[in-house]
Amino acid sequence: MKRQIPLIITFSVGALLVLAMFIPHDPFAAANDELSVWFDIIASFAFILGGGNLLRIHGDKIYRRRRDWPYSIVTLGGFLLMLGAGLWSGAVSRGNAMAPGSLFQALYVAAYAPMMSTMYSLLAFFVASASYRAFRAKTREATVLLLAAFVILVGRTPVGYHLTSWIPQPFEFLEIPNLFGWILAYPNTAGQRAIMIGIALGIISTSLRLILGIERSHLGGD
Amino acid sequence: MSLLDRMKRIDRRILFLLMAAGVAIPLLFRPTLTVHPSPIVSRVFDKIESLPEGSKILMSFDYGPSTVPENQPMAEAIARHVLRRRLKLYMVSAWTTGQAQADLLIESVMRTDFTDRVYGEDWVHLGYKAGNQGMINAIFGAMRNLYTTDAAGTNVDAIPMMRDVQSLRDMDLIVDIASGFPGVKEWIQFAGDPGNIPVAGGVTAVEALLLYPYYPRQLLGLMGGLQGAAEYEAALVAKYPEYRDDSKALQIMGPQYVAHLLIVVFILIGNATYFAERRRQKRGRIAGGRS
Repeated sequence: MKRQIPLIITFSVGALLVLAMFIPHDPFAAANDELSVWFDIIASFAFILGGGNLLRIHGDKIYRRRRDWPYSIVTLGGFLLMLGAGLWSGAVSRGNAMAPGSLFQALYVAAYAPMMSTMYSLLAFFVASASYRAFRAKTREATVLLLAAFVILVGRTPVGYHLTSWIPQPFEFLEIPNLFGWILAYPNTAGQRAIMIGIALGIISTSLRLILGIERSHLGGD
Repeated sequence: MSLLDRMKRIDRRILFLLMAAGVAIPLLFRPTLTVHPSPIVSRVFDKIESLPEGSKILMSFDYGPSTVPENQPMAEAIARHVLRRRLKLYMVSAWTTGQAQADLLIESVMRTDFTDRVYGEDWVHLGYKAGNQGMINAIFGAMRNLYTTDAAGTNVDAIPMMRDVQSLRDMDLIVDIASGFPGVKEWIQFAGDPGNIPVAGGVTAVEALLLYPYYPRQLLGLMGGLQGAAEYEAALVAKYPEYRDDSKALQIMGPQYVAHLLIVVFILIGNATYFAERRRQKRGRIAGGRS
């Protein structure tokens, strides 16, 4: 029963939602709306699960003095500080933790946002180093990739326009903004579509395996 | 040591320093660059420009602080344009950090430039809901099932501009400002396509490449990266010159301009060094073979 009931639920809900996709009328449409809300409620519990897991894993690491355990103190400290600030600000501002002037908003603006921006900004330095050392025209394929990257890099700023705006009209297709648009619209779109269709087929087959009970790994055990 | 050897063994900290200078100097001097709106960006601008007064625009904030330099200017430009044209703006978020970004936008746009626009009548902030694409699917059918209150906890029945909104189908345009999952793709798949609602996007430069397969049929238009944001601002300033000083993307295009040029120069030098080294090795082998 422990395995059969979840399988019956998966089959019923999965089949109902597939039907609702093709028959967007009541009772299927109403069931779809209702089940979507249930899904969102369940998704909210993922935060509790995630938070609990974070506490358990890092708490255990600190308790057992595992490798790099002081970083876990920073992780848990940051987590508990933001959680506490969010709950406090939410309680004070009647549900709106991000109310102007709240503690949570202050921490978000003064600590969280600059730290996240800093981490992301570091990419510029890694890209600079990689572009110098790794981006080499070693093979024919690498040369094509390099040329495309060159056009995209230059086309993403007004540099492309300034460099090639002098090109006479019969050859305007050689202007970097036009080449940039062409690469994105044709080779890029063709490649992306192929990947997307492949992924979609994979998702359909996995979903069918789940709905029909062939794939049971989500139930735990073997 | 020859120049080639020096170039080969260049300390990466020198590259880092050059990049830091390349970003910092234009930030200090703020050069003004001319940006021309591309067709893919103009389509978003033209759509908002063509909508009749009172039309409903849903804007989703699906990004966080890490991509603010790219995403926030586009969100601000769209919000300014929508409010300037007296359209109704509904703000939601499928990202936890999106709600905070929407709050920051309210401070910098609504409470600064549009103090005459009334909350609940001209714009509303509904906030974040969990569920990713499930959230989009839920509000597609019945918006009030999920959004029973706005971000501040006010019942939606007490908000005038929510009275005639039952589902996403009541929206005239969806604009998603995003930097990953869930993002523009999910808004197209779960709202735009099934409901025949026009969807426009504003995403990071990296994300933009992934969305071209949807353009132009399923995706009305797209602002890709800082350049896309600057192009939208350029279109906005051309029509409404009063927003010239608020054009953040146009102001920070300088550092991106120099940083991209630097990367191109690094690639060229790196390859020149590589080919010179290969030639030297080839010559060495030939000389070795002769002896």
